[in-house]
Amino acid sequence: MTAIVTPPTVPAGDPATTVPDDGDGAVLRRRRGLPTRTLLVLLSLVTVAAYLVFRTDGAADSDDAPAFRFFDDVRAWVDANRDTSPLFIYGVNYLRLGVRLLVDAVQGALYGLGFAGLVAAVTAIALVLAGWRTALVALGGFLAFGVLGLWPESVDTLVLTLSAVLLSVLIGVPMGVLAARVRWIGAVLRPVLDVMQIMPTFAYLAPMTLLFLIGQPASVIATLIYALPATIRITALGISEVSPVTVEAATALGSTRWQLLRKVRLPLARPTIVLAVNQTIMLALSMVVVTALIDANGLGQNIVRALERVNVGAAFDAGLAIVIMAVVLDRVTSGAARAARHRGVRPARRIRWILAGLAAVAVAVISVLPAINATDLPQFSFAAPVNDVTKWVELHWYEATEGIKNAASAGLLDPLETVLTTTPWWLFVLVVAAFGTLVSGWRAALLAALAAAGLAGLGLWLHSMQTLANVLVAILLTMIIGVALGVFCARHDRLAGAVRPVLDAAQTMPSFVYLLPAVALFGASRFTAIVAAVIFSVPPVVRLVERGVRDVSAAAVEAATSAGSTPRQLLWKVQLPMARGGLLLAANQGIVMVLAMVVVGGLVGAGALGYDVVAGFSQREDFGKGLAAGFAIVLLGILLDRLTHGFQNAKGPRQ
Amino acid sequence: MKLRTAAAAALVMTLAACGGATSDAGEGKPAASTGAKGTVKLAINPWVGYEANAAVIAHLLKSKLGYQVENKELKEEVSWQGFETGEVDAIVENWGHDDLKKTYIEQKKVAVEAGPTGNKGRIGWFIPQWMADEHPDITDWKNLNKYADLFKTSESKGKGQLLDGDPSFVTNDKALVANLKLNYNVVFSGSEAAIIKAAQQANAQKKPLLFYFYEPQWLFAKEKFARITLPPYTKGCDTDPKKVACDYAELTLDKVVSKKFADSNSTAYQLIKNFQWTNDDQNLISDYITNQGMTAEKAAEKWATEHEATWKAWIPAGS
Repeated sequence: MTAIVTPPTVPAGDPATTVPDDGDGAVLRRRRGLPTRTLLVLLSLVTVAAYLVFRTDGAADSDDAPAFRFFDDVRAWVDANRDTSPLFIYGVNYLRLGVRLLVDAVQGALYGLGFAGLVAAVTAIALVLAGWRTALVALGGFLAFGVLGLWPESVDTLVLTLSAVLLSVLIGVPMGVLAARVRWIGAVLRPVLDVMQIMPTFAYLAPMTLLFLIGQPASVIATLIYALPATIRITALGISEVSPVTVEAATALGSTRWQLLRKVRLPLARPTIVLAVNQTIMLALSMVVVTALIDANGLGQNIVRALERVNVGAAFDAGLAIVIMAVVLDRVTSGAARAARHRGVRPARRIRWILAGLAAVAVAVISVLPAINATDLPQFSFAAPVNDVTKWVELHWYEATEGIKNAASAGLLDPLETVLTTTPWWLFVLVVAAFGTLVSGWRAALLAALAAAGLAGLGLWLHSMQTLANVLVAILLTMIIGVALGVFCARHDRLAGAVRPVLDAAQTMPSFVYLLPAVALFGASRFTAIVAAVIFSVPPVVRLVERGVRDVSAAAVEAATSAGSTPRQLLWKVQLPMARGGLLLAANQGIVMVLAMVVVGGLVGAGALGYDVVAGFSQREDFGKGLAAGFAIVLLGILLDRLTHGFQNAKGPRQ
Repeated sequence: MKLRTAAAAALVMTLAACGGATSDAGEGKPAASTGAKGTVKLAINPWVGYEANAAVIAHLLKSKLGYQVENKELKEEVSWQGFETGEVDAIVENWGHDDLKKTYIEQKKVAVEAGPTGNKGRIGWFIPQWMADEHPDITDWKNLNKYADLFKTSESKGKGQLLDGDPSFVTNDKALVANLKLNYNVVFSGSEAAIIKAAQQANAQKKPLLFYFYEPQWLFAKEKFARITLPPYTKGCDTDPKKVACDYAELTLDKVVSKKFADSNSTAYQLIKNFQWTNDDQNLISDYITNQGMTAEKAAEKWATEHEATWKAWIPAGS
């Protein structure tokens, strides 16, 4: 922080009086807010009283709830009928087979190119789509896979990612167009996409294996489910953003609807659709890695392995390879998106370019390259140095980390957990409904309350509340760190520039990579999962907060400064209150990510729902409970998202 | 690869003609079906002893018999599902799993047993030796409640902590704690490596620890731990997983392979069937991998050069 010279005479009054209206009719504090606040206080008091009267002893969940038995029966039925029921032999199994063929085709193509061929092809594609700088990044990146000794794994991951992206685009783009053009389809899709996006990745691994067994097809389909909402949403956005004037003009010239779509809407929406592909690729990559738990090959296997051996160094190499792949794919596709925007509607020439580039590659490959192998490259691994550092940290920081863990667990987590688990479920449902109505409106509140009731119905009340306690502690820490960093970045441009690539890299890492540093520091515990969740969800929070603070109108800042506000007053009384929309949006986004990560913590001793899911797909007698826990996680996600949904159309002035 | 795609495409058409696809449609032919040297898919379950078995088998398959080997990092029960789809050819250290044997071997008929590995597996509860020296009566389960306070951690909810491993491991601990009315809470560390780390810390820093562990295990040769005596095992006392109140049985660890792989009767299958060694052999390789910084491949190679007499007998005649 730079030294701040405080002017001697600062009017330290209420910001509403010191800061004038910025002229857009936005007021800093709504009068209407006051009754809501009073209501909130009253409700809180009633809640506390009700809790004290009705609290329970937080009995353990039974191992034999009706929901578990139901899911066990479902599994038994599927196991018995997988090769006889028409649903499977004409439906699900064909789906599996189709995806298998697709994966085999993509795999055949990439393997067929060989090491040098693939490197050359990727470089050429990058060159044509995004220019020579990106081509250099691509070249360096793909060579790095070889140097790290992770070439085959990287290619396998690429195969799965591309297969899933291909399917996502084939399904998502037409659906996006439909969603934008046909009102009822859009309306039906919206809640479905909402749920798909809230669903933590971890929750659908077990259902995937139930339907599609283990292996690449199940992995690709799980990835598809994860990535598809982004494809549909961004495509729909692109189509609906096409200027009505242009459409009007084309209609006036006598275009048919089909012509309108093909010649006007799709070409004009092309930059946005390319952006959709870009986002789809990023999401798919992070999911493909997680599906290693259901036997997807590739880099994910290295990470699972490292996690099982608590080998931070080995995970570092694999994590680095994933980040490199994400950077290359991102640069190439976002370069393509930029090019699409600049060059506008002239695809034919570009396609010719691409073909020319590919032809050149083909010639090069056939003539010289097949002799070169990935193993010919000099090898380098970060495993040993990273492990040395880890060992040192474990040895020297042990007392400190142990102290932090115990303090946080005893001081924050345990009391919260006790309160939540001893609340009777009906009281919790009522409280959710009441607060939800105030914060997000009655519709969202109803949904949230139903989700809360569903948790009890599944017979997983205790575990759900334990998970919720972890989530709440993690989101609290995330917001504290995220807001501090975000504000800092918003005020220091150079720092923001330096932090941005780190945030980019952090967001492409698949969630369970973050377990490793957390485990190394804190051993197996709930706090470990919380730490991992904080690392995982801080980047987007920082970004949203920074955006929110930067978006505060210059006029308001100017006015406050000229009225003599100190930088601190400016921050606390002007920038933060006015950036409230951004902060609350960050909380809403953050909480869903935190949930996704906290349940993955079930892999490292965080217990509760995450453990149930892990046990469910690795212990036969726990299958039903695991599947139910998967549903409980989804319900918890819906609950948290709906409750904080009102934040998005926040009461902040900037909206 | 192209051939495989074409074959699969042909398969689609055939299936479309005669109606419906089974769950293993489109999956590769069994690795070594026609004598041609193919790829053997080995499941790798998450503990180092298993890895030792797999590493030696993989080394011999590659260097002596000319196969390719694909390792699949999978949890125990997930590996069994792989028999159904053709994703897995062999599990090379199976801990009992009678329920899975019933499902996959008897009912679905997609897997078959391929004989014991020669290792004896024994699961149990352990404490560091210094605790047993300080409190001689602690090794009897009946006295565990008396000492529960010693084992409290941030995760054990005010009770004593019993540290378990990977949630996928064979364990009755939750049921045992409940049925023996122990004032303990089972906490899953997530992996074998995490238990080992905790156990080493418990000795080095004299921190109390009660943990789930098993033999064969290299750590027992390096550091001293005492086993807790649980109510003795009697045949059938562990049939109902929810009512177990007895010690773990000593298991004859064995190998299980997919039916297709066995039917091929390839040299790869015969090698896996013949594979048999001792706990000491396994512990030696585990030690190489864990403590001498060797990769599994290197460790297997080193062991193989030192113990030719042991593995000579596994190589099928005439190959």
